[in-house]
Amino acid sequence: MRPRGGRLRLDDGLRVASVGLRSRPLRAGLSALGIAIGTAAIVGVLGLSASSQAGLIAEINQLGTNMLTVEAGQSFTGGAANLPLEATARITLLDNVQQATDTALMKDENVYRNSMIPLANTHGIEVRATRLNLLSVLSTGVARGDWLNTGTAAEPVAVLGSAAARQLGIDRVFPDQRIWLGGQWFNVAGILNASPLAPDIDPSALVGYPSAQKYLGYISVGGGEVKVGPPSTIYVRAATGHEAAVQSLLAQTANPEAPYEVNVSQPSDVLTARAAAAGTFNSLFLGLGVVALIVGAVGVANIMIISVLERRSEIGLRRALGATRNQIRTQFLSESILLAVIGGVVGVLAGAAATAVYANAKGWAVVIPVEAWSAGVVSAVLIGAFAGLLPAVRASRMPPSVALRTV
Amino acid sequence: MRGESVLELEAVTKVYGEEPPVPALRGVSLSVRRGELLAIVGPSGSGKSTLLHVMGTLERPSSGVVRIAGVDAARLSDREVSLLRAREIGFVFQQFFLAEHATVRENVADGLLYAGVPAAERYRRADEALERVGLSERAKFKPTKISGGERQRVAIARALVGQPAVILADEPTGSLDSATGASIMELISELNAAGATIVMITHDAGLSDQLPRQIRLLDGQVVSDIAKGEAP
Repeated sequence: MRPRGGRLRLDDGLRVASVGLRSRPLRAGLSALGIAIGTAAIVGVLGLSASSQAGLIAEINQLGTNMLTVEAGQSFTGGAANLPLEATARITLLDNVQQATDTALMKDENVYRNSMIPLANTHGIEVRATRLNLLSVLSTGVARGDWLNTGTAAEPVAVLGSAAARQLGIDRVFPDQRIWLGGQWFNVAGILNASPLAPDIDPSALVGYPSAQKYLGYISVGGGEVKVGPPSTIYVRAATGHEAAVQSLLAQTANPEAPYEVNVSQPSDVLTARAAAAGTFNSLFLGLGVVALIVGAVGVANIMIISVLERRSEIGLRRALGATRNQIRTQFLSESILLAVIGGVVGVLAGAAATAVYANAKGWAVVIPVEAWSAGVVSAVLIGAFAGLLPAVRASRMPPSVALRTV
Repeated sequence: MRGESVLELEAVTKVYGEEPPVPALRGVSLSVRRGELLAIVGPSGSGKSTLLHVMGTLERPSSGVVRIAGVDAARLSDREVSLLRAREIGFVFQQFFLAEHATVRENVADGLLYAGVPAAERYRRADEALERVGLSERAKFKPTKISGGERQRVAIARALVGQPAVILADEPTGSLDSATGASIMELISELNAAGATIVMITHDAGLSDQLPRQIRLLDGQVVSDIAKGEAP
């Protein structure tokens, strides 16, 4: 007997493995569909969470991660502490501090749409005194109207945070738009955009420090003279890369006498944590995807078992043509894997397409994690192998004389 | 070359089942020489199909020796016996067993698929085999688009393509009308005249009478082995 033979080349093997698919494409398509749906669900869930995370991170980067916040904490005895009047000025002098500004929360003042509103209906809107450089430090802007200027900062004029404007029912700014603030009429100059890095600005009505002093009497005595203040929150922009160094100095710079009364934080941390949370996938949908995959695998196994019974004469003929048991087993196993991989690839593409459509609609970058699509394809291969094993073994064990017996 | 034995059976028995054992072959001995054309004829249940499967190494005998091209098939592993089958035995079945999604040419070339022959060579030899059975112009057709007689010619070409030591034909005219059957018989005689060794199995004594040698089988035993031109 001549040597060699007994082993199919790859292209012949693939052709033989695709016989069932080519002769019954509809059936093959339907059984691959289950796997496609499962894979699409998994890839879609992973892709959407990664894309939404990427969207949030892009937003954070746009806002800048170099902002630090200094707030008055609690005093040693547990009462509310105050920041020193000159805290902001001192912080401005630190190395690597690019900008600093502050606001002062006036706890006793409330804002109403007009003077007829019952006093209890404050809607949680706070009144804050502000410096004119607040917007550039927060990287936010005015949605409607104008920001304060040196003139309006000394007059009864307020600018509303986005949430405050909504609560007051003010969505446009026109001349003589007024609100009832601290027992007197204040004109509304503008409405701000939301400021994700300083969320306490959103539900606030902002007035200039001179105005706060003149109309709201927000003063304290320092160094023998009367000054407006004290500030309650200081916003600091540090040079990028030096955030930690600046952060470590802020408390003692703000209040050298009692640094422990000062809280320092980096607001972007909160947003980053939120982004991380958005990146954790929706386990419900992931679970549904896995269930669909299992159902798909059962479908493939079922089809393969039927296929082996139906194609008995083909098996017999192949044995008669000289196929070994091993080659028959390989043929049916490869067919099952091929079927599952087609489903897996279609599923990955569908999941990626769904992610792309949704992320584009939301304005996010499209991110499909490598793990998502590689896991989709690898699990399809494993499912195909697993589902095809029993039918393939059955096919290979079928005696050729039985396989050729047609009834 | 003529006279060399390509297929030899010595006291072959085949018993199916355990309780009770059903003997299908009871000590069959025969020898097929190169270039012979012979019929194995017998009524249904006489063990013809079992004999064909044993001769074709699709089934192992319960006892006895099956030698193909001088090789004792009982000593071979599944892989070796499969390769022996791929290279030395061609099968023709009553039901043709053609792949419907593939062309005539691909069906014939698949006769060499498991023999370790490269694709280009397979197709070249398939074209030759199709020419020998007179179907060159049908090469691109699907089996569903040709007649029954043409299908059986394709199946014969597939058996022929590997130039096997012996072709085993199981009722090759069984699914055909008598005129078409006669043309297939003619083709078989032609191929034999050109050198192919062919063993045909049939229940039709009229058909087997046409062939140079006929072996009658009854209840799993050879009852006669007559060659024309020899004394009975």
